[in-house]
Amino acid sequence: MDLTYTPEEEDFRARLRTWLAEVLPKLPPKPSPHDWPARRAYDLGWQRMLYDAGYAGLHWPVDAGGRGATPTQHLIYLEETEKAGAPYVGANFVGLLHAGPTIASEGSAGQRARWLPPVLRGEEVWCQGFSEPDAGSDLAALRTRAWRDGDDYVVSGSKIWTSHAEVADWCELLVRTDPAARKHKGITWLAMPMDAPGITVRPLRTLAGSTEFAEVFLDEVRVPVANRVGAENDGWRVTMVTLSYERGTAFVGEVVACRRVLSEVAREARRNGRWDDAVLRRRLGRLNAEFRALWRLTQWNVSEAQGTGGVPGVGGSVFKLRYSHARQELYDAAAEVLGPDALDGDQEWTRDRLSSLSYTIAAGTSQIQRNIVAERILGLPKGR
Amino acid sequence: MSSTVDFRLTDDQRALRQGIRALLEGRFGREALRAAVDRADGKGATPGKAEVDGRGATGEKAGGGVLDRELWRELGTAGFFALCLPEADGGVGQGLPEAVLAFEEAGRVLLPGPLIATHLAAGAVPGAATGEVVVTSADGGLAGAGLVEWLDEADVVRGDATGAEPLAPMDPLTPLHRLPLPDRPAPSDRLLSSDRSDRSALSHRLLPPDRLAPSGRLPSADRPTPLHRLLSSDRLPPSRRPAPSHRLPVTVGRTAVGGEPRAAGAPDRLVASLLTAAEQLGSAARTCETAVQHARTREQFGRPVGAFQAVQHLCAGMLVRVEVARAAVYAASVTADPVDIAAARLLADEAAVRGARDCLQVHGGMGFTWESDVHLHLKRAWIRTHRAGGATQSEEELADDLVAGTA
Repeated sequence: MDLTYTPEEEDFRARLRTWLAEVLPKLPPKPSPHDWPARRAYDLGWQRMLYDAGYAGLHWPVDAGGRGATPTQHLIYLEETEKAGAPYVGANFVGLLHAGPTIASEGSAGQRARWLPPVLRGEEVWCQGFSEPDAGSDLAALRTRAWRDGDDYVVSGSKIWTSHAEVADWCELLVRTDPAARKHKGITWLAMPMDAPGITVRPLRTLAGSTEFAEVFLDEVRVPVANRVGAENDGWRVTMVTLSYERGTAFVGEVVACRRVLSEVAREARRNGRWDDAVLRRRLGRLNAEFRALWRLTQWNVSEAQGTGGVPGVGGSVFKLRYSHARQELYDAAAEVLGPDALDGDQEWTRDRLSSLSYTIAAGTSQIQRNIVAERILGLPKGR
Repeated sequence: MSSTVDFRLTDDQRALRQGIRALLEGRFGREALRAAVDRADGKGATPGKAEVDGRGATGEKAGGGVLDRELWRELGTAGFFALCLPEADGGVGQGLPEAVLAFEEAGRVLLPGPLIATHLAAGAVPGAATGEVVVTSADGGLAGAGLVEWLDEADVVRGDATGAEPLAPMDPLTPLHRLPLPDRPAPSDRLLSSDRSDRSALSHRLLPPDRLAPSGRLPSADRPTPLHRLLSSDRLPPSRRPAPSHRLPVTVGRTAVGGEPRAAGAPDRLVASLLTAAEQLGSAARTCETAVQHARTREQFGRPVGAFQAVQHLCAGMLVRVEVARAAVYAASVTADPVDIAAARLLADEAAVRGARDCLQVHGGMGFTWESDVHLHLKRAWIRTHRAGGATQSEEELADDLVAGTA
């Protein structure tokens, strides 16, 4: 056990801090959360700045255009950018954290050359076409069909919960190519251009009032066979690579952010007198323990990843279970500090409280995560 | 570029853990545990001097365990108590991370006795390091909540145990005495007359064990951990108060002469709380494993109960609490930071108590029996939560930390 940083790592941190202090004041104002084209432009602009400064794809392998940084450096990067208040990964999320790493890991040389550099340079946006109306937690039950027609797959079906669909250039799409095979065996991973004929995007409004994701309807959309990553019917395995990334370091910056918010909540309680309520004060103290431990668990997962060649393991499920709950607790406590002001929809903490409700659902519900922990970590018999 | 933020154990740490685990499995496995419980419970044969004390009757002594002196010495020989003592002082010269690993193992097997007090006394109290002497603590900064564990079995009591009243044992292996609180009515004359002189006298001298069993032991909830209640000397008539000079300073400790003492020289009260957290972590990990093992093998409705999601999710919750607590405890052992230690303690207490509760639930009716070990974990975990640095204190420290630096 050693929780100190090497001089090289501290140097990396110092240079990053200096750069952030220099460039962040020059950023344009944040666009309205409802203006998707402006959000796309803003997020891509930030990605381009990262690229020019050598921070794009930090943890990607060098042969994928990345910087080949260690997981610890990546952790420092996520920590420092969050502390400095740098823009969130935003519209680049799927490209940088799902599709990109999957292509880097499973794609051909040509596919990597075609798709990865535009992601790193902030030129193309990806979205994710995994879930379907009848395939949520049971993702492998997906029914969107694809059949071969010459050099193309012809795809029909519908996808749901697709973030950034309105402004995406590409969609990482899971389709069923062999309806006769067992459900995990007949799935294929495709990169679908979002400007192909036959695609209809219908935004979905969340309970927070914003349109963060969409339904995507596919009516005989033609996708070149060359856009298939991995073998036909091997898409489930290819997908698991992506999902393990999603549960690995995707929440690092958020833990840092939660620790900051918790301090702000405590200071607000001190200011408005709620701090004198011992029950509330102790509740905030307990949350301090939660987020400190979650930060350490993140470091732990990263050091495990360091030892296993960079692919995050099932430890991510343990982390996500606890983190998603802690995040909701944080904003519930914030609401208690705010009192009636918590009912003001313009309050930042109130908006965040509403969006926190998705955390125990998105990226694998807490129930699915518990199944994963029970079956894959604890080795309990498969439940049915 | 090499990277060093690393939670993985070093080879030496792994070897240390394996060594202690092997020692404890061999010397205090399940049969030994149940034999100790039976002895404490007054059923089985009682070895050693305790027989002379007339154990078994419902006497005025606290019920509860009898320490296995031979095991205590073996622990001493193995370096369990001298682990963090500098090598120049005859210790093993290890740091807090290693101590945490050792106490985690102790927690796994429910090793009884005032382990932490004796560990902290190594180097300060002659014989503690080698396991020749059993040391307990009545100091509020360490013991907390006015409870003293294993008072009758201890050769040395650090702090003032004057007026300690025995509690009925809940954990058969944790005899408890309760110290008097300043605002509590004065204890009865009977207790005073039976306890006072012995208590104040034995606090600070080494006495042969057979002189250390006056009345005043509380039957304890945790059988293998006898607890004593302490009476405040302030409540005693001045003539009966022990002279302050008799009190052994709890913080008498190791210095850095000739080697590194504990990491960052953390004060004893912090180390005691962290090692308590380590014991809780070991217990939580053990109850999680026990629950999983049972869920795999126990069949109902024609399949293992572990195939039902309701049971699976209980077990998953147990593991999550263990792993979160482990990250906090190990990190605190490296940083020795007071706020990290408060967080570690809070999460480990929760993991142990809730883990034992859920383990009991997974075991169904069997979990409610004396035969099952689950209740031993639960009772011991409950007792540990009352040691100094418990939930209220930790939460307040963690809350203070959030607003540190603001007016």
